[in-house]
Amino acid sequence: MADILAILPQQLVFGLSLGAVYGLIALGYTMVYGVLSMINFAHGEVFMVGAYIGWAVLTVLIGHAFGGLNPLWVLPVLLIPAMLLCGGLGVVIERVAYRPLYARGASRLGPLISAVGASIVLQNAVMLSQGARMKVYMTNLVFPADWRFNVLGVSISVLSIVIIVISLLLMWGLVTLIQRTALGRSIRAVAEDREMASVMGIDVGRVVSMTFFLGSALGGAAGVLIGLYYTQIDFMMGYAAGLKAFTAAVLGGIGNIKGAMMGGLLLGVIESLASTFINPAFKDVVTFAVLILALIFKPEGLFGEPLADREKI
Amino acid sequence: MLELRQIVSQYGPVIALRGVDLTVRQGEITCLLGGNAAGKSTIMKTIIGLVRPTSGTVSFEGQTLNKLPTRAIVSRGIALVPEGRRIFGRMTVWENLALGAHVRRGRPQAEIDEDIERIYGLFPRLRERVTQVAGTMSGGEQQMLAMGRALMARPRLLLLDEPSMGLSPAFVDQVFDIIQAINRQGMTILLVEQNANVALSIAQRGYVLTTGRIVASGTSAELLAADEVRHAYLGEA
Repeated sequence: MADILAILPQQLVFGLSLGAVYGLIALGYTMVYGVLSMINFAHGEVFMVGAYIGWAVLTVLIGHAFGGLNPLWVLPVLLIPAMLLCGGLGVVIERVAYRPLYARGASRLGPLISAVGASIVLQNAVMLSQGARMKVYMTNLVFPADWRFNVLGVSISVLSIVIIVISLLLMWGLVTLIQRTALGRSIRAVAEDREMASVMGIDVGRVVSMTFFLGSALGGAAGVLIGLYYTQIDFMMGYAAGLKAFTAAVLGGIGNIKGAMMGGLLLGVIESLASTFINPAFKDVVTFAVLILALIFKPEGLFGEPLADREKI
Repeated sequence: MLELRQIVSQYGPVIALRGVDLTVRQGEITCLLGGNAAGKSTIMKTIIGLVRPTSGTVSFEGQTLNKLPTRAIVSRGIALVPEGRRIFGRMTVWENLALGAHVRRGRPQAEIDEDIERIYGLFPRLRERVTQVAGTMSGGEQQMLAMGRALMARPRLLLLDEPSMGLSPAFVDQVFDIIQAINRQGMTILLVEQNANVALSIAQRGYVLTTGRIVASGTSAELLAADEVRHAYLGEA
């Protein structure tokens, strides 16, 4: 037991950094659900593509041997292309796979199937172009393995703190955009009452595109961070991460931005605690058991509004 | 200013409008009377482009509207205060007003702020509640906000769908006073109402709609004198 307590703080930091990334991905699910009331099941694959873009850029950087790869400039150089390209990919997915169905008045089931199709297409596109074998992030060239610091005898890696800080900064940026800008106001208006938003003169199609862009850009950033952390990526990695992040979004209350962030952090911590105290093999069992219990006692999620209230509006 | 010609509207097999002709003249209040499910709201939604007519044309200042998306119709100078108000209940009063000015984005903020001040002048209650989440306000306050939000677009034609519904009598009087005041400042208004007495008292002209058809029209005085209106809507035997 004493051994376990000794590694507990480390496990908590690990859980928080994993959870922060889950939260980033969960934001994409929850934002799209907010404006379209649909689950974008291709979102996990956008995250996977983000990891590949970061890997490709890092490989180019290493190939050109710029001497020391200082994280201060390497991180933005990895994150920005991944975010922009993934954002664009999200917009394309919505245009190609979802909008034509909505425009023809499809039920909710149609776009869901289309989302599964889009995710299979992306997995196969990456597998065919990049190969089925995993790729390796040379993380130790940017964050050497001995970059750790001690707090009260606990050794914490710099990278895990960097991941938490970047995730929180991105979340803060998103919340500011949603709460304080005209675009954010338009997104909230579309989420609350699509028809009245158009009566305000809002271009609803453009707002939906922007929502996909923002959510997918965060997913792309999450892909880079996970790539750096786990150092191994493959074309199937989006499936499990997407499912976890979707769980986080539901746990927090789907459609709710604060809920997605808190749900992600909570899920990451639960997962790392389950690995520490029970058995790493059972971590997913514990995670989903928590989800089921949470939904039994609070079906709308931790931060969600009761559904009846939402429908009244 | 606004002309509807032979508008037919169908929801699947249900025919909501059966060839409606209606004219709104500049500077006037035109009212549209009728019972439940007569098709009044369908007419409003057709004008603003939320419902596409099966046939017929809607034209505004000589331009045909019925092929345009809602946002393009709104930016041509028409604003809607919908049935049931439908304010953005999770946003503040200020945010609702700012959304009303969405069609004027790109205009200087000072001009928008000035208009918000004008709305507060018209509805002093809103100023007291500027940071309140709109969904927590009373029905009357929400109605004021819905009207203020529509006015923020600086429309030339204002569509008001049942502004008195669900309001206490005191509020109804207040709302109708404000409608008249807005009209005197030059706003053209199309008003849908079930309360024919009040509506005809402020409107210059009116139409009576029954099951998707215009059954009577004329000046307010003519309609007040017409038997079918008195029987059906003014509660006289």
